[in-house]
Order: sequence, then C-alpha cells, then structure tokens
Amino acid sequence: MREIYLTTAVNMSGKDQDKVAMSELFEVFVRSSNGLEHRHVGSLHAYDAEMALHHARDVYVRRSEGVSIWVVPSRCITASDPDRASSLFEPMSDKDFRYPTYYHLPERVKNL
Amino acid sequence: MSPTDSDSDHNKELLCFVLRLGDSTLIASQRLAEWAGIAPTLEEDIAFANVALDLLGQARHLLSYASQLEGKGQSEDDLAFLRDVNQFYNYTIVEIPNGDFAQTCAKMYLFTTFLMLLWDHIARGADQELKAIAQKSINETKYHIEHFGGWLIRLGNGTTYSADRLKEAFEYTWPYVSEFFSPDPCISRLAPTIEIDLAVVQNLWLEEISPTFLAAKLPTIEISRFISNGKIGLHSEHLGHILAEMQFLQRAYPGGRW
Repeated sequence: MREIYLTTAVNMSGKDQDKVAMSELFEVFVRSSNGLEHRHVGSLHAYDAEMALHHARDVYVRRSEGVSIWVVPSRCITASDPDRASSLFEPMSDKDFRYPTYYHLPERVKNL
Repeated sequence: MSPTDSDSDHNKELLCFVLRLGDSTLIASQRLAEWAGIAPTLEEDIAFANVALDLLGQARHLLSYASQLEGKGQSEDDLAFLRDVNQFYNYTIVEIPNGDFAQTCAKMYLFTTFLMLLWDHIARGADQELKAIAQKSINETKYHIEHFGGWLIRLGNGTTYSADRLKEAFEYTWPYVSEFFSPDPCISRLAPTIEIDLAVVQNLWLEEISPTFLAAKLPTIEISRFISNGKIGLHSEHLGHILAEMQFLQRAYPGGRW
C-alpha cells in the first residue's frame, strides 16, 4: 500500500496537488439518551463533516452509547489558554459573596 | 410427486439461495477484513472492520439457517470451514482482490446495493426465518451503501488522479455485476415463497446506483456480456487463496476451540 501513496505525489500535476484534501480534526459529542445533553467523548480525523459523522458512529457509538452525534471541526472551538488559568479562574475562589452563604432561608419555605 | 418430495425440493432451492447469501456475505467479510491494520487512516480501518463484522454477523445467521435446512448435522462452522472451493456459491465479485482503496469501495458499493435489493425482496417474502435475517440486515446494509457510496463521490470529485483511479477500479469490477442478473434457476424456483424477478431487480439496481455514479462522475457502462459463475460454484482463481487462509486453523486442528 505504501507505494501507492508515494506515487500519488509523483503523478499529480501542480493544480491537483492544491486540491488534495488534508484530513481535519473533529471533536465528537454524543447524547447518551433523549433529554440529556451532548457530551464530549473524543476526537477523530476526517476529510469532511459527513465522513466525521460516519467515523464517530463507528468509533464512539459501537455499543449503543448514544442517540445523537454532533461533530464540530476542532478549529471552530476557541479554547481558554492554560497559561492564563491563574488570571481566569483563581479570582473566583475568594469571593464568597458569590455563593449563597449569607442567604437566610425564610422559615415558611419548607421544600427547598 | 408426494407432498414430502415437493417439500424437500423446495428446501433444496431455498438452501441453494441461503448458501449463496451466506457465502457471499462471508467471503465479502473475509476480504474486507484484509484491510484491518493497513487502511489509509485509523478511522477508516475501524469503519472497514465494522462493516466486515456486520457482514460476518449476517453470514452466521444465514449459514446456521442453511445448516438447519440441510439437516445433515453440519454446523455453521462446518459450512464455513470445511467446504471446498466448488461447494461455495458466493457471487464472484466478493472474492476478487481488494486492489487499492478505490477498487475495494467500488466492488463493495456494487455488491451492497445489490444485496439491499435482495433483502427488500426477502423481507416481503413468506419465509419467516429469512425474513427476520433480512429485516435485521437492512439497516446495516443501508449504512454500508452510504459509506462506500460516499467514498466513490469523494474520490470522483477529488483530483484528476483520484478520479482516474476510481475509473480504473470500475473497469476492473464492473464485469462482475452481470452475474447478479444472469439466469438463475436457484432464484426463479423460490417463488412463490420469495418472488424475485431478476429483470426487475436489474432495473431497480441501475436506478439505485445512477445518482451516485452521476455524483462520482462515473460513466454509465452497459452490463458486460462476460458472466462470472461463482454463484453456481465455478469460481475465479482467487477463492482458493481466501479459503486457504480462512480455513487453515480448522483444517490443521480439526474441532479446535479457543
């Protein structure tokens, strides 16, 4: 098989080489049953979204793990920078007024 | 002719058909499994293996029904592992070499689209056992068609190089489809239990594949006059090699279990 892929590059014109699709990374989300949210289960490579769905079905829901699949190109996800974690997340830890700590429950409320 | 004679005759015709389907799915599965570990991507590797396992599941149901119809105490495993080349009745197209990726997709597309039409007819037929197998298999086969058909469209619209390779793949595999529709006593004698008119099936099949052919920029070709004969046990030189590999363990260690 290996020769096939090597000869591919040799036999292609310049115009064609531009057209060679590169596989893309997709993130896969699976809803395990109706009413629940889609959860991230992993990622995979595919050449287009349709193929990503097929692969997701083959790789991640082989044992009926889900009823719905989303695939999202990984490049569409903007992620927080781990190096900025201290400025993004730490300031929350000492602001106890953001928690219901000082909220007194009225006595009449019995079922909260 | 006494009723029992006609019963056993009917069983014989049905057995011939069930073996045909069982052998075709079994050999298709074995061939496809050859891609395990060497498919172009890890994801495709898993996809092919999944399809191969689906086909193997279908083959197991069919061969165990065949062993029941035959009534000679041969199990599904005996049928799979202890018969020789001329006792296999699969369509030749499933035994031809995988070739490159395009060729595998091409032959699997041609075979699974035809298989789908057989399932459809069986599901409308009166044989309950076979009907249940067909109903279970329809969803699997639908997915296989989508998967291989999708690749034909991608390859046909990729580069001129991939489109050329796809055309070559079709030139190689196409002659084997005429066997699907060639005169077939085994199928014609199934009526009235299962009614399959191969002339009708041929038209339905051409209708089914034509949108994919169009989208994959493949020319429509006439059904070839060359007719392969795997379905009556006259095989290409390739089946012996498949069986040698598939049957080796059971032949070398009869009855071995693990």
